[in-house]
Amino acid sequence: MMLKMEGVHAHYGHIHALRGIDVEVQVGEIVTLIGANGAGKSTLMMSLFGNPKASAGRIVFDGEDITRVHTHEIARRGIALVPEGRRIFPRMTVIENLQMGTAHADPANYAADTARVFAMFPILQERQSQRAGTLSGGEQQMLAIGRALMSRPKLLLLDEPSLGLAPIYIRRIFQIVKELNRDHGMTILLVEQNANQALRVAHRGYVLQHGEITLAGTGAELLASPEVRAAYLEGGHA
Amino acid sequence: MSAVVFARHAMTPAERLRDAGWVAFVGLILGIPLVGLTTVDVGGRLGVETRFGLLAAAVAAVFAGRLLLRWAIDQARNRKQDRDRASTATAADRAHGAQRVVNVLGWVALGASIALPIVFSDNRYVVDTATTVLIYVMLGWGLNVVVGLAGLLDLGYVAFYAVGAYSYALLSTQFGWSFWEALPVSGAMAATFGILLGYPILRLRGDYLAIVTLGFGEIVRIILVNWTEFSNGPNGISSIPRPSFFGLDFSRSAPEGGQTFAGFFGLEFSPMHRLIFLYYLILVLALLTHAFVSRLRKLPVGRAWEALREDEIACQAMGMNTTNIKLSAFAIGAMLGGFAGVFFAARQGFISPESFTFTESAIILAIVVLGGMGSQMGVVLAATLLVLIPEFGRNFAEYRMLLFGLAMVLIMVWRPGGLLSHREPTVRLNALGKASATKEAA
Repeated sequence: MMLKMEGVHAHYGHIHALRGIDVEVQVGEIVTLIGANGAGKSTLMMSLFGNPKASAGRIVFDGEDITRVHTHEIARRGIALVPEGRRIFPRMTVIENLQMGTAHADPANYAADTARVFAMFPILQERQSQRAGTLSGGEQQMLAIGRALMSRPKLLLLDEPSLGLAPIYIRRIFQIVKELNRDHGMTILLVEQNANQALRVAHRGYVLQHGEITLAGTGAELLASPEVRAAYLEGGHA
Repeated sequence: MSAVVFARHAMTPAERLRDAGWVAFVGLILGIPLVGLTTVDVGGRLGVETRFGLLAAAVAAVFAGRLLLRWAIDQARNRKQDRDRASTATAADRAHGAQRVVNVLGWVALGASIALPIVFSDNRYVVDTATTVLIYVMLGWGLNVVVGLAGLLDLGYVAFYAVGAYSYALLSTQFGWSFWEALPVSGAMAATFGILLGYPILRLRGDYLAIVTLGFGEIVRIILVNWTEFSNGPNGISSIPRPSFFGLDFSRSAPEGGQTFAGFFGLEFSPMHRLIFLYYLILVLALLTHAFVSRLRKLPVGRAWEALREDEIACQAMGMNTTNIKLSAFAIGAMLGGFAGVFFAARQGFISPESFTFTESAIILAIVVLGGMGSQMGVVLAATLLVLIPEFGRNFAEYRMLLFGLAMVLIMVWRPGGLLSHREPTVRLNALGKASATKEAA
């Protein structure tokens, strides 16, 4: 078991954003979390990271309880987050951005990790000395993913990686997600509004509504489920 | 006001006329009360007199000035476009070229600053002004850590300058500490204050941070004014001992059991010796600051500061402890400000809360912003400009501050990112070129 959330509640001030979440991620899985705007998807991601801290329930990562651990400590235990909206460091160069991903990693691996990321995203190698802010949205997303991979995480969290990207890049990003899992054995928790594509690449999925998990199943099951089809795949939001 | 066009393209003559017309209209509205009407003494009573001739002249001047300004801006833009079209250089090449220019400029500035007191060895004014420039350079470099690198807007930086200055003043006058003994202690004191300020504002950013730091600067000043037993209040502290040259004094006659600088080296006594010594002292302190900050920038802590400036949430996601990053930036920035304060107190021989007003903070911040946030060389240029403009402006008496303001506005119009907005990457290509080359070979 890579990650287990048991009855997790979280609050943003007075807003009760998560109401008893149970989510499991097994080693080597892609698990997706779909839901409408404001359903609590990003809150769930951030509460994994201890910001905000879970007000009730337990989060176990890799056999250790991380519910009360500091945000920066959680990253060091092997969870890497690709935040919503990419959040690259715009005025720093591509290579500096990648380097920031290794803030807590062993410097001995640096050269090998850079080479690995460059092999995965050749465009980043081409642009390595360019300011990250000058990259296109899709390239920035690749940089954000590359930066997260630099720390050799055990679990990769992707928060809306397809947000605001051109269709060609959306396809590419989902392809990358698949490759990371298949070729590198990366365990991935993927939060998406783009339910169709997300469920296609995922082994399992959860549907989040108003801070609660309303449906769970394999990617194929959810794709076929009438509720999901009605709410997220056909005719937009129900 | 929408008629005042901030066009990206060059304007047609008609557009320019309309634009100038609007600006002149605004000038007219403002000018009626400001210029058009004046009060006169009519037999003991106050009467109003109109000055429409003068008003017309002012409005005409505004119209012509705006027309000329627009024309000049368009000309400059066209020339730049032509140049961009003509050059095939890539952005990376240009950045590299800019970096080379900055490096050359840096060496020239260093050479000039070393030679300056030799060339002007009998010009007290020049050496004094240059010393002031260097104090501001050092303050700018210190604040650059907080504002330029870590991106934390600090409007109360002068507080640390004051802490350093008062620490030295009190340690030396009350306990007889020498400059060199007091320097590290005062720096540590300022750093402690930096952390003290840092803690309550960890969660703040932007405007809120600016307001709290502004308040902090004022609190320190007001304490210095009111706590008379401690700081001697508004009267300040006088007869602060001057630094000595390895135990040699710069006075005319040697103190008991000591020797004077002039006496030891068999020179004739001159008050300039001390000034030149102080100049070189601040030059060395400033250069040490520069070396220190440049080195930090290339270390993980410096990169973390820059990452924090760019995006705090991303920093947390990377597993960085943002609390420590912020506190270290505040502490180191404050320490450098404290060192500058020690020097300031030692040079002046007298300090009072007057020297540590908000205006000082604003000027130091202006140096960092005008120089180009995070640029070390930019700070040097901006500090030189901001100290020298009011000096040159002395001939213009009351228009001096107007000139100062105008210069600042012009710099920001001409270079919105600051004088030197180019940011030097901390990772050089060659190291990675090698990494990728070996990969290809494999």
